[in-house]
Amino acid sequence: MVVGLLNANPIVYKKKERRARNVPTVIDEYAVEPIDEQEIFDYIRDIKDPEHPYSLEELKVVTEDSIEANDKQSYVRVTFTPTIEHCSMATLIGLCLRVKLMRSLPSRYKVDIRVAPGRHATEAEVNKQLNDKERVAAALENPNLLELVDSCLESTYA
Amino acid sequence: MELLDGELELREIQKLEGHTDRVWSLAWNPAATGVAGMLASCSGDKTVRIWQKGPSGSWNCSSVLEDTHTRTVRSCAWSPSGKLLATASFDGTTAVWEHVGGEFECVATLEGHENEVKSVSWNASGSLLATCARDKTVWIWEAQPGNEFECVSVLQGHTQDVKMVQWHPFLDILVSVGYDNSVKVWTEDGDDDWHCVLTLGEANSGHTSTVWALSFNSAGDRMVTCSDDLTLKIWDTSQNPSETSGDGNGSWSHLCTLSGYHDRTIFSVHWSREGLIASGAADDAIRLFTESKDSLVDQPSYKMLVKKEKAHDMDVNSVQWNMKEPRLLASASDDGTIKIWELSVVSK
Repeated sequence: MVVGLLNANPIVYKKKERRARNVPTVIDEYAVEPIDEQEIFDYIRDIKDPEHPYSLEELKVVTEDSIEANDKQSYVRVTFTPTIEHCSMATLIGLCLRVKLMRSLPSRYKVDIRVAPGRHATEAEVNKQLNDKERVAAALENPNLLELVDSCLESTYA
Repeated sequence: MELLDGELELREIQKLEGHTDRVWSLAWNPAATGVAGMLASCSGDKTVRIWQKGPSGSWNCSSVLEDTHTRTVRSCAWSPSGKLLATASFDGTTAVWEHVGGEFECVATLEGHENEVKSVSWNASGSLLATCARDKTVWIWEAQPGNEFECVSVLQGHTQDVKMVQWHPFLDILVSVGYDNSVKVWTEDGDDDWHCVLTLGEANSGHTSTVWALSFNSAGDRMVTCSDDLTLKIWDTSQNPSETSGDGNGSWSHLCTLSGYHDRTIFSVHWSREGLIASGAADDAIRLFTESKDSLVDQPSYKMLVKKEKAHDMDVNSVQWNMKEPRLLASASDDGTIKIWELSVVSK
């Protein structure tokens, strides 16, 4: 384990107000409500940073604008921005995003997790690893890593 | 092949349920036919299931192989005799099971890889077993009398995670593919020493992302590979790479690339005895390809015959043609199910 923090003084941003979801007046209360960017954002905004007591939203690792969702095509893409370019936590943050969405979305969904272009020194490697489902599956069978992921996700299940 | 003149469809015969996690891989028993047809499947639920075709024609789970692997079972392969089943696991071991009197007994455990074993394959004679792992190595094991397996070679050369190993259908030529985007070909030099005689990478018109799987045609003169770069590639494998390497001529070469057909990662590819290539991908679809009859002699081309959308509810991880009944296809998925398909002509 690295002694000291990788990014000792991250910039902390204000949390956005949780908006009531902007859904048209319900006519048919049994109608299926499509999953949109705002809903995806609500799933992941409170994930805790692995080394700081702040959420990914507060560190601007994720924003609503960094999410692309298409309910019809059952597709979601989350582009996240590590706080610093050499952040070795990038893979772990990406893994947390993937696990959270895996647990929250219907299984028909295809999820791509990516580092914002130009925002990480080993962007291509991080992206490749996060989108290799075999390596993700193997990682999640590692009890120590799973515990780490679960501790970052704990705050999102409140 | 008269079938190919009509419009084809993949008809679902049966959905096999029982695994409690994603199903990674499938293997048809080469010896069992007809009523005794037999299929092995392995899963993230740490078990292997054996499915047998009953007298009524429906498939049922006849055995569950459990309590041996402690993590995901990623790959399974029958010995050519059909008596032994090898299973590779994320727990770092490969188990060998013997089928005796309807029961499966674990008769050997092959240890040595540092971490997740990703694939296992028997050579044509059943004398050699190859395994590969995330530790970047490929191991060759020799079968000894009494179900003993001795490691005869540890092959280094891949720079990343090795995803699959597969032997040539009748020669002792081993092919491995992986996360380093490369295809490597290994042969023995006559002194029990195994070497990489060929690497097919981007410079040889190879893949630009993880290579997940490969399959030879039945004649062994062509090979297909599939990748995260969304393409299938066909290779000419008619030359013996150990005899021709060095002079730059006559080695295995790229024949063509099938691009524009797949939307997400292609995890599995299998070449049938009748010349049909099946692919299974992360877009939940199964596709079938065949060589175009009108393709030029020196420039073969392949066309898509069938696209089965929503073949499964989630990613398709494995597609395997039955060796004895060449129009029977099995597929496995992240949705936890296995499906048996029959290729047939659409009735007008």
